[in-house]
Amino acid sequence: MIKAVLIDDEPLARSMVAEYLESYPEVDVVAECNDGFEGAKAIMQYQPDIVFLDIQMPKINGFEMLEIIDRQPAVIFTTAFDEYAVKAFEQHAIDYLLKPITKARFDQAMAKFLDTKQTEATAANTRKMLDSVQQAAGTLERVVVKTGSKIKIIPIGSVICLEADDDYVKIHTDEGTFLKNKTMAAFEEQLNPLHFVRVHRSFIVKVDHIVRLEPHEKDGHVAVLSDGQKVNVSRNGYARLKQLLGM
Amino acid sequence: MPPVSVTPYTSSKQRLINISCFIIWIAYALIQTALLWWFDVDVSLALNDSLISATVITLCCYVIASALNHYMPRRKGYFYIVIWTLVLAAISISIDRWILQFFIQDKGYLDHIDVSLPLRFFVNALLIAWMAIINILWNIQQEYKENEQRKADAERLAREAELYNLRQQLQPHFLFNSLNSIIALIGRKPDEARNMTFQLSDFLRGTLRKDDQQLIALKDELEHLQLYLEIEKVRFGHRLATQVDYDESCLAMTLPAMIMQPLVENAIKYGLYDTTGNVTIRVSCTCSEHLLEIQIENPYDSQSNKPRRGTGFGLRGVQRRLFLLFGRTDLLETKATTHIFTSIIKIPQR
Repeated sequence: MIKAVLIDDEPLARSMVAEYLESYPEVDVVAECNDGFEGAKAIMQYQPDIVFLDIQMPKINGFEMLEIIDRQPAVIFTTAFDEYAVKAFEQHAIDYLLKPITKARFDQAMAKFLDTKQTEATAANTRKMLDSVQQAAGTLERVVVKTGSKIKIIPIGSVICLEADDDYVKIHTDEGTFLKNKTMAAFEEQLNPLHFVRVHRSFIVKVDHIVRLEPHEKDGHVAVLSDGQKVNVSRNGYARLKQLLGM
Repeated sequence: MPPVSVTPYTSSKQRLINISCFIIWIAYALIQTALLWWFDVDVSLALNDSLISATVITLCCYVIASALNHYMPRRKGYFYIVIWTLVLAAISISIDRWILQFFIQDKGYLDHIDVSLPLRFFVNALLIAWMAIINILWNIQQEYKENEQRKADAERLAREAELYNLRQQLQPHFLFNSLNSIIALIGRKPDEARNMTFQLSDFLRGTLRKDDQQLIALKDELEHLQLYLEIEKVRFGHRLATQVDYDESCLAMTLPAMIMQPLVENAIKYGLYDTTGNVTIRVSCTCSEHLLEIQIENPYDSQSNKPRRGTGFGLRGVQRRLFLLFGRTDLLETKATTHIFTSIIKIPQR
């Protein structure tokens, strides 16, 4: 049996996909979800083989939902009109269906899925696609993270600094520290360069939160942040800070 | 009529002045020397006379050109240019004559110069006038070029705005999702599908027909709005409720076509597309004798919505239109509490 999850905030749009799936008796729709929160929960609970995912949804969009899922399922995006997203899909060979969806196009996508199933390669493609979509969307305005079974939306305004932690990034905020599965480089590229500076290989700091800079060891520096945290500043990082602050 | 101050034109104008003055100086000196020599005047006398006269007239030309570089006379101000020309010509002759007496000792020749003064005055006046005309023509041409540039810029802006409006009117996301809903309904609920198709086509027709300048009755605008809300209800019927209140006496009042649409779209965007659970969107219209007031209220999620983007393009567009139509900036007002966003527009009645 192939398990499928349908995620779309419009019931009629879901019913359309469900109807098309009736001609695939081997596919079982295990859950229908109204938004990304429900969707993430259902995916973690059922570990589906295929997800039909809308992009524009309340609270968190389809991409943000995928970001917080550890094991990427095979995804077929269903969208009405998203120029940037469609470009990203095509670049990374991810399948998508444009609404209104024709049965013929739907069958084609299903054939491709049934043929290849999910491989490591396509999961990696999904990751890359998520990164490029966010770049096209402009500067990052919020980060969605998972803490235990809860989903948390962090507005960028409350971020104090980011710290590298193996494959993860620790996000220090007013409300505590959260882990996000993403690279420092991706963050560095997507954050507003007027507010955030990569002061060290392992640290990106919000400039407003720097209270003072202290000399440290030979020619290094330490930045003291508003929450009392001390952060190493490399020589390159110090130069970048100086440039941004016009020192 | 005082002259209008304009910013001095760039170095190309200065170059024009310099070259003209240089030509005047050379030509004046050469021609006068040749003429005097032709009349059998001694060569050194002729050269002295010509060089001094040429220098004086060149300086006068330079003065008028520089003045016109900084002051562009209005059309009626051309009269003053003529007077200036004559005055400058008189001044140039006086200075010329005054200097010449120190360089030329030949009394007979000085008498000869005095006889020719009217002729010299005439020639100088012509030269100064010529210089003034060249400068004025240059200024006019420059102004024309700048106007053309401004017109081209304005046209480009207008075109861009028009394109943006067109795209806004078509709202691809709304359109394709609605079509998708219709297709989903066709199999199971053909009557509803048919109904929604009519609503969608009526809505689109209404959107395309309206021109921005037109004032329409509140009754028509509310009907158009109702179509939009009905379509959204088919898509999100399980959780969208709408409440439209109005006073019967307000229905005949007028408002600019499609002025409410962006506000209601905003309400739908933040109130419905970006929230979960049941949602009520309220529109209420009240009026007094000279003012129609429309209030649009929607819930919103202060958490997922980055610290409220203040005024989005939709709101800015409405503000701009209200300003262009009524010349007031206080006609659009927005309020946000933790869960409710309200926008209020006031339409003065004429």
